[in-house]
Parts: sequence; structure tokens; C-alpha cells
Amino acid sequence: MKFKTFAAFVGPSVFMMLLFIAAPLVSVFIQSFQVTQPILEQIEVETCTPGFLTQTCTTEIKTVPVLDEAGKTVTETRWVGLQSYRNVLQMDKFWSAVGNGSWNQIMQIDFWKALRFTLSFTLLTLPLVIGVGLAIALAVNNATRSIRGPIIFISLLPFIITPVIGSLSIYWLFVGDGILTAMMERWSGQNISMFAQAWTIELLMYFYRVWHVAPFAFVIFYAGLQTVNMDTLESAVIDGASRWERLRHVIVPHLMPLIIFIALIHLMDCYRVFDEIVGFRSQAHVISLQWLTFDFMTPDDAGNRAMSRASASSMLTMIGIVLLLIIPLRRTWRDHKGSAH
Amino acid sequence: MSTPRAMRQSFALRFSSGAFLAFWCLLAAFPIFWIAVMSFKSPVDAFADSAWDVITGPATRANGDGLSIIDIALGVVVLFFAIRWAFTKLPALVRQYCPPGLIVLGWIVGALVYAITFVLIFFGLLPIILGALNSLLGPLGTPVLGMTTQHYIAVWGENEFYRNFLNSMLVTAGVVTISLTVGTLAGYGLARSGSDLAFWLLILALIFRALPHSVLVAGYLPVFINSSEILAPIFGEGAPTLYGQPWAVIAVLVSINQPFTIWMLRSFFQNIPAELDEAARVDGCSHFQAFRRVIMPVMWPGVITTGLFSFLLGYNDFLVTALLLDAQNQTMVPAIAGYFNRETTTTDQVEAVAAAVSITAPLFLLVMVFQRQIVSGLTAGAVKG
Repeated sequence: MKFKTFAAFVGPSVFMMLLFIAAPLVSVFIQSFQVTQPILEQIEVETCTPGFLTQTCTTEIKTVPVLDEAGKTVTETRWVGLQSYRNVLQMDKFWSAVGNGSWNQIMQIDFWKALRFTLSFTLLTLPLVIGVGLAIALAVNNATRSIRGPIIFISLLPFIITPVIGSLSIYWLFVGDGILTAMMERWSGQNISMFAQAWTIELLMYFYRVWHVAPFAFVIFYAGLQTVNMDTLESAVIDGASRWERLRHVIVPHLMPLIIFIALIHLMDCYRVFDEIVGFRSQAHVISLQWLTFDFMTPDDAGNRAMSRASASSMLTMIGIVLLLIIPLRRTWRDHKGSAH
Repeated sequence: MSTPRAMRQSFALRFSSGAFLAFWCLLAAFPIFWIAVMSFKSPVDAFADSAWDVITGPATRANGDGLSIIDIALGVVVLFFAIRWAFTKLPALVRQYCPPGLIVLGWIVGALVYAITFVLIFFGLLPIILGALNSLLGPLGTPVLGMTTQHYIAVWGENEFYRNFLNSMLVTAGVVTISLTVGTLAGYGLARSGSDLAFWLLILALIFRALPHSVLVAGYLPVFINSSEILAPIFGEGAPTLYGQPWAVIAVLVSINQPFTIWMLRSFFQNIPAELDEAARVDGCSHFQAFRRVIMPVMWPGVITTGLFSFLLGYNDFLVTALLLDAQNQTMVPAIAGYFNRETTTTDQVEAVAAAVSITAPLFLLVMVFQRQIVSGLTAGAVKG
């Protein structure tokens, strides 16, 4: 294919990606070093109230935003260097907390709290998703052919459901005296509230994520299981391998590329955990990096959006995802070079 | 025996694998099933302590809303025939009345007509007939299962949820059509070109796929809010403010979706033998003609599958739509967040549940109809990528 034809085919897609993905990245990068604020001026205001004999007048100095002819506030954009990053990271508090050796104090700072949750969420759910997905795939592969269709149908439901709704549906089972909380209270005989402390919410979030992603892993593993080489399996049987040994030495190595694929996708998706925070309404207890940026961007009561802090926190989020992906990407590159020679 | 003896499994293993599977199915379906049940009950029942009360709904029944045995029996029969008819007669009808080139359009129209007829019969005609029957039959006609549609009426009627529904449909339809048009071209180009540039584009797309969406939205927001000033030199007075515009959100979602789309379509196109378009080229077609005449007729399975996933992305998105759309143009998923702020009484809570079920229902239908395509799409991405 000539370069010109190739460019014509790929052009629109590349253009959209450059305009809406690459360009925003650059602008976020620049924004993170800037602050846009309304220009304020101090004016003397004399207010008079009618009084007996003479009016009572008071003068005070007020700070008001400067308005232009159209009545809009005039804003200025200043370069502030790393100021926004400092605001987000709060390194002075962080180091003093490290100096005290106090984990709780570090967790008081939003960014470090979000980072801690995002990382533990990503790394803890990863083995669970792969394990549960593999277990379901093996069990379905074991089942009679006629019930496989309906089982796949039911399994797809948690995967396809809107993430916010999915986490809400679990939230409603546990909220207040929801049906499952009531059941646990009956068993344990004590009052349980699942949404009053961070660790129970976090537990439910892990559960939700595994519930949501395991079907994806299952479908892929199930497809992989169909292509396991029967001859290798049979020779393993002849060699006297037990069921467990066959799983470990024949099936899992066969599925290894798929496991890596799922791990990669899962790392990307989990790192941007966000919908759970909305669904479980956990912002008071548990927040994630992406939610932190979202929160900076949501207008506050005065209608201001903290864009520069949002940009700084999203640049920091970016650095994290680059670090996470550097190893798998280097591998792909080496494979590509290997195949070229 | 088809399986060799050594491969046969002990009873204990078969039993535990079956039990595990049953447990998983219960776990997978229960939360969704349960919110569906809750949405039909009065608030007292929906948040009752005992599961049995939630299912049978005594308080709902006491309010006079309920189904008798006759209602249930007749409802199940009608439902059964409706579903059977949809899978046996409907495809034939669509094929008969639709001009051959427009089969996709024919299916959309057919599905719409079917849905409207079903709603009319099931929620219009059936209650009238059953009301008469119930009063005639005495004991058989007394309600046994509490059930009310009042929350749905409140959500769709009073709260004007249909506006959000229409916005959602607009956004998802736009996302699916545009990302497929742009994506098929790019996917084909990437699949047929073995150059280093193609490889680097794919890697770049992979990196773009990993980006958290909030990073991108942080880039859009200031530009979108001030876009009328920024674009004024180009468009003059009529320069639009992009913030709150559904089509701006469509463009954003299409671009976010593009990396995934081109990866998936590329793997589908690689499965179409290259000899096919080479033959067309030998016969004197240009690359574009070959694409249009030879590839397009055989690419539909891949396009449908990719379209499904684009649909899911547009439909399920919360973050982008919540930040870039204003209240009038809000789609369904962010709109449900509006219920949180209002959710003070238990009635509001059950209304939120009903809204959630309303959002889930189309997805449920989607899995039912397109299960095979979804599975093939999931595996195609993995096995090739």
C-alpha cells in the first residue's frame, strides 16, 4: 500500500485522535503551570443608612473583581511554575508526616489518599479477576453443552451493565438496613453499617470490580480453552500428571498470552477507577486519582473550577500510568524488532 | 465413550464445579434481579428487612396495587408468545417488507414497531381485560403479589426522564455511527499496511487508550467554555460555545473510543484474506474501490461487534457527559446522580432504583440479541491483539 493511500485511510482517525487526545494533553500540560484568576481590586465604599439628625455613614475597603464593559469579570493568566503541583502534592505536610512516621497524617492529604487507594485497588483486584475468571472458564468448560449458552448470557450481565448503575445496585443491597446488611446483622447479632467506615466500602468496591470484570476474563479464557492441544493433554495423562499438574503445566502456559492481555487491560482500566466512587458515594472516605481530578473540575458553590490544580493532578495521574505501562510496552517493542529481523 | 477414561472426572469434582457455577450465576444475576424487583414495590416493601417481604410486597398489596394469580398466569403466557413471535415471525416479516439494501434500517424500524405494539398490548390492553376478569372471578382475582408501576410513571412522566433518554440516544447514535465510519477506514488501512508507521500508530493508540478520561476532560473544559471567543476569528459572530453541546460530546467520545475501535477492527480485517482485495486490484480497482466493492460486503460481522462496544462506551459514560453537558442536555447516567442530591425520602430512593432499572433494560435486551457478537468481539481483541 502506498503511503498516500495509507494516509487517506488512516487520516480521519489520526486527525481526531490528535485533535481530541494529543492536543488536550499538551494544553493540560501548559495549564498545569498557569493559574487563571479574576483580577481583584480594592475600592473604598461608603454606605450610608438613614439616621436621626444625620445619616450614619461608614466607609470600608472591599475587594471586588474588576469588570469589563460587558459586565464580565476580567481574568488574568499567570505563570506560577510548580505552584499547582505543590498545592496538590502538599510535600511539606507529606514530609513532616513522614518525619513523624504517621501513616494517618499522610492519608489526610487528598492526593496521597487517592494514590494509595488507586494503587491498592489496581494491584489487589488483578489476581482476583484472573483467578475468578479462570475458575469460571474451567467450570463452564466442564459443564454440559446445553447450559453453556444461558450461563454465558447471565455472566455477561455484570460486564455489560453501566458501571455507575452496577455499583449502585450493590450499594442498595447494603445501604442502611438493606437486605444483605440486615442478613449479616441477624447472623452476627450486632449492628453493622457498611458505609460508615473506609475499609468496608473499599471491600465492597473490590467485590464490585471483580464482579464486573471477571466475566470479561472468563469469556477470553473460555475461548482460549477451546484451543488447548488435546494431544499434549493426553500425553500428560499418560505421563501420569494429576489434574492439578495438567492445569499448571499445560493449560496455564497455553493461556499465558491471554493472561498477560487481561492483566494489561485491567491495569489500564483499574488505574482510572472512578465510577465506583460515584456509585458508592464514598467521596468522604475513599477517593481515587481520577475522582480527585473530577472533583477539582466540578464547579464549587461559587461556580469556580480549580482548573490549574485539576491539570496538575491529571499530569501526576499520567506519570503513574506511564510508569505502569513502561514494562509491557518495552516488551512489545522488543517483539516487534525481533519479528522484523 | 467419547472421552478417554483417564479424562473422566470424579463425582466430587463434577459436583463442586457445578456448584461453583451455580453460585457464580446467582452472584452475577442477583444484584440486577434485586433492583428490578425493588423498583416495582412501594418504598416500605422495597427497603424491608426480610427478603420475602420485598418479593411479595405486603404493603404494596395493601395499597391496592397487586397482581392476582390470573394476572400472573395470563401475563406469563402473553410474554412467552411475544418473545417467541419475536424470534420466529419477526425476522421473516422484516426480510419480506424491506428492500434488500436497507436491511439494517428495516431491523431498526421493525424493532421499534414491535416495541411500541408490545408496550400497547402489555401495558394498555392487558390491564383493562384483566381488570374485568379479576372482578368477575372473585377469590382467584384477589391480588397475591404486590406490584406497582408508580415509580416508573413518576420517573418517566413527572421527572421527564424521557428527555435524558433522548439525549442518551442522540449521543450514543452519534458515537456509534461516526466512530465506525472513521474506524473502519483506519482499521482497514492499518491491517493492510505492514509498515513501521502503522505499528507506531497502533502503539500510540494503545497509550492513548490507557489515558484516564479526566486528563482529557481537563484539557477540554476551559477551551469548550470559552470556545465562542476562541473561535470568533474563524467563524465570526456565530461561533458556538461548545460546552453543553451534544455534538461536541459526541466528537470527544468518538476520539476517546478511536484507539479501541481501530485495534478491534484491524484484527477483524486481518481475518479477511488479503487475496480478496488483491484480486480486485488485479481487475483494475483502486484501493478505495476494492474497499467499497469487495471488503465492505464481508466486513459486517466485525463492524456490528465493534459498534456494540462503541454503543456501550457512549451509553455508559459518566465522566465526560457529566462534565461537558449542562442540565438540559444531560444524558441518563449522569442524570441519575441528580437523584442522589434529592434522595431524602424513601420514595425518592425507589424512584432512583426505577431510573437505574430503566437504564439497564436496553442493555439487557442488547445482550439477549447480540450475545454471540459480544463474545466474538471480546475474544477477537484478545486472541489477535
